[in-house]
Amino acid sequence: MSEPTVPGGRILEGKRILVTGVLTDSSFAFHTARLAQLAGATVVVTGFGRMSLVERIAKRLPHEAPVLELDVQDDTHLDSLAERVGEHVDGLDGVVHSIAFAPTTALGGAFLDTTFDDVSTAMQVSAYSLKSLTTATLPLMPSGGSVVGMDFDAQVAWPGYDWMGVAKAGLEATTRYLAKYLGERHVRVNLVSAGPVKTMAARSIPGFDQFEGVWDERAPLGWDLGDPEPAARGVVALLSDWFPKTTGEIVHVDGGVHAMGA
Amino acid sequence: MASTEEIRTGLAEIVNEITGVPADDVQLDKSFTDDLDIDSLSMVEVVVAAEEKFGVKIPDEEVKNLATVGDAVSYIEKAGS
Repeated sequence: MSEPTVPGGRILEGKRILVTGVLTDSSFAFHTARLAQLAGATVVVTGFGRMSLVERIAKRLPHEAPVLELDVQDDTHLDSLAERVGEHVDGLDGVVHSIAFAPTTALGGAFLDTTFDDVSTAMQVSAYSLKSLTTATLPLMPSGGSVVGMDFDAQVAWPGYDWMGVAKAGLEATTRYLAKYLGERHVRVNLVSAGPVKTMAARSIPGFDQFEGVWDERAPLGWDLGDPEPAARGVVALLSDWFPKTTGEIVHVDGGVHAMGA
Repeated sequence: MASTEEIRTGLAEIVNEITGVPADDVQLDKSFTDDLDIDSLSMVEVVVAAEEKFGVKIPDEEVKNLATVGDAVSYIEKAGS
C-alpha cells in the first residue's frame, strides 16, 4: 500500500463518516476507512465481538480513529449510537454498512434443512440492520447524507452461499425502500456489489473457493481476490458528492462479472 | 535480534493477554488449535499483536502454515532477520 497517494483526490474533504464492520486489515471496512481518511474525511469506526482486535486494527489507519462497539442485534447499542458517535463528531455525512452474519447451518449446502431461527438471524444481522443502522444515525444527518452497504450479487444462486444469498437479496430490497422513504430527507442509500475477496468473513463461507474460478474466467477487467481496495474505492465514491442523484442503486465493483453471460 | 526463547516468551505473553491461556503452556511443540484451543479470530489477533511487538509482517496466507508455537517463533525469527 503506497501512501498517501489518493486516487481521485480529497473528495471527502471535511466529511464525517461512520464505518461499521471493521475487523481485520483485510476487511472492506478497514480499507474504506483508510481511503476515506486519505480522501479528507474524519472517520469513526465500529466493531463487533472482538473489540480488542478492532482497536488494534484501528491504530493501523493513517489517522487513529475512535472505535465504538456496535452489535446490530442489541437495541441498547443502536439506541445509544447517535449519542456515542456524537462524542467524536458533530454530525455525519456518511455511514458505511459492512455487516453480515449467518449461522454455519445457514451456509454450505444445508439450505433445505436450515431452521427459520437461523435464517432470521442471518436476515436481521445482514439485511434488516441496514435499516436499523440508518435510522439510528439519522439524527446525525439533519441535512442529508450518504449510506453505503456491502453487497454480493443476489440475482443468482451461488454454491454454499445459501441463506446469506437470500439475506443479500433482502439487503438489496431494503436499500430500495430506504431510498424511497429517505429521499425527502436527502439521504441517499446505495450498495457496492463487490467481487469475492478473501476477508475474514469470506473465509467463513464454506465453498468460497468455488467462486474464485468464476472471477478468474469471467471478469473482463480481471479480479484480484486478495485486494479489497477496488470495492472500498467504490464506497468512497458513493460517499462523495459525485453521485448526488443516485439512490437505491447497486454499483457493481466486480471486474464486470455481473454483466457477462458466460 | 531476539533469541528463540525471547520470541517464545514474548509470544506467550501475547497469547496469554488475548486468550487467557497460561503463558507457561505456550511451548514450542504446542499446536495453537489442538493444544491451546485458540480459535481463528483469536489467532488473527495474536498475529496482529505479534506483528506489532516484533516489527514483522505475517501475511494472511502464511497464518494457516503456523500450526504450532514453534512454527510461529521460527517465522518471526526469519522475518525479523
